[in-house]
Amino acid sequence: MWRRMSRLLFYAVVIGYAVLTLIPFLWSLYTSLKTTPEIDKLWVPFSHLTIENYKYIVTQFPFFRWFLNSVLIAVAVTLGNLLFNTLAGYALARIRFPGRTLLFYVVLAVMMVPGQVVMIPVYIMLANWGWINTYWGFTIPFLTSSFGIFLMRQFFLSLPRELEEAATIDGLSRWGIFWRIALPLAKPALAAQTIFMFLGNWNSFMWPSLLASSDDMYTLPVGLNSFHWQYVAYWNVDMAGTMFMTIPMIIVFLIFQKWFIKGIATTGLK
Amino acid sequence: MRTRGDLLTGYLFVLPVAVSLTVFLIGPIFYAFYISFHEFSFLAPDQATWVGLENYVKLFHDPRFLKAVANTSFYSLGVVPVQICIALLLALIVDSKIKGKTFFRVVYFLPTVTSTVAVSVMFLYLFKNDGIVNLLLSKLGIPTVDWFNSIHFALPATMMMAIWTTVGQFMVIYLAGLQDIPNELYEAAEVDGATPWQKLRFITWPMLRPTTFFVLIMSIIGTFQVFDQMYVISKGEGGPQDATLTVVFYLYRAAFKDFNMGYASAMAFVLFLIILALTLIQKKFFKEETA
Repeated sequence: MWRRMSRLLFYAVVIGYAVLTLIPFLWSLYTSLKTTPEIDKLWVPFSHLTIENYKYIVTQFPFFRWFLNSVLIAVAVTLGNLLFNTLAGYALARIRFPGRTLLFYVVLAVMMVPGQVVMIPVYIMLANWGWINTYWGFTIPFLTSSFGIFLMRQFFLSLPRELEEAATIDGLSRWGIFWRIALPLAKPALAAQTIFMFLGNWNSFMWPSLLASSDDMYTLPVGLNSFHWQYVAYWNVDMAGTMFMTIPMIIVFLIFQKWFIKGIATTGLK
Repeated sequence: MRTRGDLLTGYLFVLPVAVSLTVFLIGPIFYAFYISFHEFSFLAPDQATWVGLENYVKLFHDPRFLKAVANTSFYSLGVVPVQICIALLLALIVDSKIKGKTFFRVVYFLPTVTSTVAVSVMFLYLFKNDGIVNLLLSKLGIPTVDWFNSIHFALPATMMMAIWTTVGQFMVIYLAGLQDIPNELYEAAEVDGATPWQKLRFITWPMLRPTTFFVLIMSIIGTFQVFDQMYVISKGEGGPQDATLTVVFYLYRAAFKDFNMGYASAMAFVLFLIILALTLIQKKFFKEETA
């Protein structure tokens, strides 16, 4: 009797929290499909639902352009981070050269500094270079990350040394070892890095809103924010905007969910 | 292990990172420190004047800054513990033998991948005066609130939003921690006749200590840097009546609306010191407990 009760309570919590998680999405999706006269009705039959709001936002606003900007910038930044952080992480873990320890301590130290500290100087610098409102400004300053370097170093430290020694005897150069031995073994760490960098950049708001001064350079979060201010009374159109931004990420997440959850789990702690 | 040419290879491998860190991080940190002692505007850089510690002194007499610190602390104090408790509970649940484990993991993690801007707009809709949250509350006989326009409820509403969005991420980290606990410990405890509660209290919880430390630090750093949600829900104003003005928000406004960049830089360093202090306190606390 007691066991059954606790089992019931257990499932009530599990399902209850799942409902709490899903309702904001589902309710927003439902609203985005309603016509304007029916926005405030709690129940609208499914036959009345329409995709007009989506048609409206993509024809009246440059949502596709914002989407492309977001994709382009997030992909470029993620690729840069994968390449540069991995090279540096490998060197810091595996290659002996003077200054290595110093560089590692610098990486650790700057990880502690909140991004807002450098926001003003970097903004001034980019403005002086004429990089505000350009793709250069959106990508170049973000191509490396001290967190990413740290993550990769920790990963490469755990690789067995014998592998590299054997490869050296076989005549592989350092570059060959990195490319043919270390990198293939680093797949889980690379996957985690990809996820962190892509998600972080895709959702980033503060920097893009500083750097984009014309609406053709907006990313999706910046575009959605400005769009929302104009459409507060038309919640169906507004929700279509949020869904336009949310649904692609949910699809990507569902396709890669195994990697997502494992990637974060395996590297979250090291 | 050493191969010939390692020296050069090493430098080549770290070169891009070294350049990028210097140009976009280390240089700017020093420059920010320098301008924090100046009356400095981006619009008139030639008219920068040295004011010594004045910006820092002014901060502690600025009621809006103090309000922003209070708001941020209140926000952090509310979000961090609740977030950690829910994350741990969910991790324990999806780590146990329940049906549809993967489904629940995916569902609980879903909000984490969604942009804070999209989530903020969604919550503005859900929590609006005649929105679904108020509708449900009124059905239960609870008086309705105009959440994001109320000086008492705007901040708590963003706190709920933050918890909802980030719990999944911390759940996954706890999940990793749970899976690192050796099974033999539980087996041994079972032989000794331990109850599930005792296993949780004397094995799981102590073994999760490093995870809890990590989660705590991440959560504190994250909450002290909150900005996006506040900016979106208050239309860039921090209202109603500064109720959602946080430190980073005020810093942003001081720098890019009032062009008071020396003052904003001083704020950034105070924020850094607060985060650093909180991290060190946590670290000390956790070390002493385990020693």
